[in-house]
Amino acid sequence: MTAAPPSPGARPNDYTAYPDANGRFGDYGGRYVPETLMPLVHDLGAAWAAAKADPAFQAELGGYLTHYVGRPSPLYFAERLTAHYGGAKIYLKREELNHTGSHKINNCMGQILLAMRMGKTRIIAETGAGQHGVATATVCARFGLPCVVYMGAVDVERQKPNVFRMNLLGAEVRPVTSGSATLKDAMNEALRDWVTNVHDTYYLIGSAAGPHPYPEMVRDLQAVIGRETREQMMAMEGRLPDAVMACVGGGSNAIGLFHPFLNDEGVRLIGVEAAGDGMGTDRHAAAINGGRPGVLHGNMTYLLQDKEGQITEAHSISAGLDYPGIGPEHAWLHDVGRATYLTATDIESLDAFKLCAELEGILPAIESAHALARVGDVAREVGKDGIVVLNLSGRGDKDVATVANHLGMQI
Amino acid sequence: MSKARIDARFAALKAEGRAAFIAYVMAGDPDAATALKILKGLPGAGADIVELGFPFSDPMAEGPPIQRAAQRALAKGMTLAGTLELVRAFRETDGATPLILMGYTNPLVTWGYAAFARDAAAAGVDGLIVVDCPPEEADPLADALDAADVSLIRLATPTTDDERLKVVIRRTSGFVYYVSVAGVTGVKEADAAAVAPHVERVRKASGLPVAVGFGIKTPERAASIAQVADAAVVGSALVDEVAEAVDLNEDVSARVLSKVESLAKAVRRARQGLTAV
Repeated sequence: MTAAPPSPGARPNDYTAYPDANGRFGDYGGRYVPETLMPLVHDLGAAWAAAKADPAFQAELGGYLTHYVGRPSPLYFAERLTAHYGGAKIYLKREELNHTGSHKINNCMGQILLAMRMGKTRIIAETGAGQHGVATATVCARFGLPCVVYMGAVDVERQKPNVFRMNLLGAEVRPVTSGSATLKDAMNEALRDWVTNVHDTYYLIGSAAGPHPYPEMVRDLQAVIGRETREQMMAMEGRLPDAVMACVGGGSNAIGLFHPFLNDEGVRLIGVEAAGDGMGTDRHAAAINGGRPGVLHGNMTYLLQDKEGQITEAHSISAGLDYPGIGPEHAWLHDVGRATYLTATDIESLDAFKLCAELEGILPAIESAHALARVGDVAREVGKDGIVVLNLSGRGDKDVATVANHLGMQI
Repeated sequence: MSKARIDARFAALKAEGRAAFIAYVMAGDPDAATALKILKGLPGAGADIVELGFPFSDPMAEGPPIQRAAQRALAKGMTLAGTLELVRAFRETDGATPLILMGYTNPLVTWGYAAFARDAAAAGVDGLIVVDCPPEEADPLADALDAADVSLIRLATPTTDDERLKVVIRRTSGFVYYVSVAGVTGVKEADAAAVAPHVERVRKASGLPVAVGFGIKTPERAASIAQVADAAVVGSALVDEVAEAVDLNEDVSARVLSKVESLAKAVRRARQGLTAV
């Protein structure tokens, strides 16, 4: 890379050929970690490449995804939401029905098997909303490995049910008070733990971000979402959808849905970033729509930062989207024009949360509600004969206190 | 001037038969004026080389002392431009002491590598350590620094095996920084006996002096490291002095410089009675 912000590259012929050997998606990605971690990051890349190509590993993972996680998750025609908006047919990919209540378990199951294959005996993770922390604590309990989860002190406060769930699963939750005490600080602290305990510790990153190979590995493990969606769509409608959409924080559920469609240029890929109080304010978490390229947490990507290159705090009602960066593959898909990134505010997402509950009987995670907040616009744009698939990445039970609070109710 | 200043200092110390004492302080901690007073006082207090941290909001390899120092500096408005101002002011009174900047990639990306290398060299910076920019990502930065005659100083660590060491020392000059413990700054303690063979290994592979840091807090520890390494680096213990002086409302620069004196003295005496190497 050069120090100047990366410029939009030419459209590649095969979008699925990335990252390159250096972990780059165009100018984005890379391995910006302290030297102590470099040998580990290289080992991890080699171990993942070997596991990915090993039929025995894939068979083992597939077995757990079927019998423990509960895959495949349904693709559900949301008839009343469709009627409400009066546009394209809206399908929901029901990742919230997975064990632990979100898509996060797909990635955790793959990485815990890899960690054991690598002989690691201690697992650490960062979490924002707590969904990744719960999923990590779950697989650690299942396989009998000690687990430490770093969580911003602010998030510990607003996601208490998930903290308790992690404790029940035997994980130690360490509140992080440095910086803004949210997800980015939890990630700093997890990296500090990893650099200190390199000999036995596996860092189980929850998003398609961080140093290479994490963005690639997490994407590969989440791509089951998009693969199933493709098959289910062909079975139900006999064709591919016109658009697929998902909320984007770090972007693991979105890239998992998008990736199997990258080379189908007729399928629009739409991510929705958290606009917090609004894009006209400085209280949002929209790295692509409100940030610029830089280096944080091991990769070059779009970041919220001030003119000096200091990382600024993200703001979102959703702890899972409250992160100042975004996975590097999204940064690249944005620059080359393959994917589009919209935004939704806290208020719009709360409205979508309520609407989904009332019309479909589903409480969506407040993260997923950001995508729901834009699905009407997309459905109307695509039009009546079209099909839109939205990734319902998590369930909203964890958010009822937050939602009640914003509605001015006591529960 | 830049690489030459580092080389000249290590050559002079080798002739004296002793190791260098490298003092790390954070630019703008606790504020720009006090930081400049500390900086200007470091050579007189016995620092042979100065490492000046430029603050970053998310210093992932630092323990609590340097994290807090960066927070204090940022809260007082310190910037990378402000850091170079401090270097310029330091150079008004000191033309001989090598000065190394240490920090993280993103502020440099924001400035632009080529422009930053030129501006840093013009201000009087001799070398740069970028904690989160490993050799795999460093070529564009190394190109810029080479063009400006500023040393890119690399870190070798306990996880650096012989194969990896070849990658680490590529395009490095001045000296190699050996991170004595796997971990963040200022938490674990370095053990001279354990460090010694690694120092020798890095010295042999690179042909450069080897500085050891990340776990040296006391004069005793600095002395034991100075017996086996070409330089001992102390950072967290110095920024902790800043924090305590601020808390106790004491004279910050006096307190920090007095700590520097005791550490420097220990390093100077470390090899007395030993055969000069």
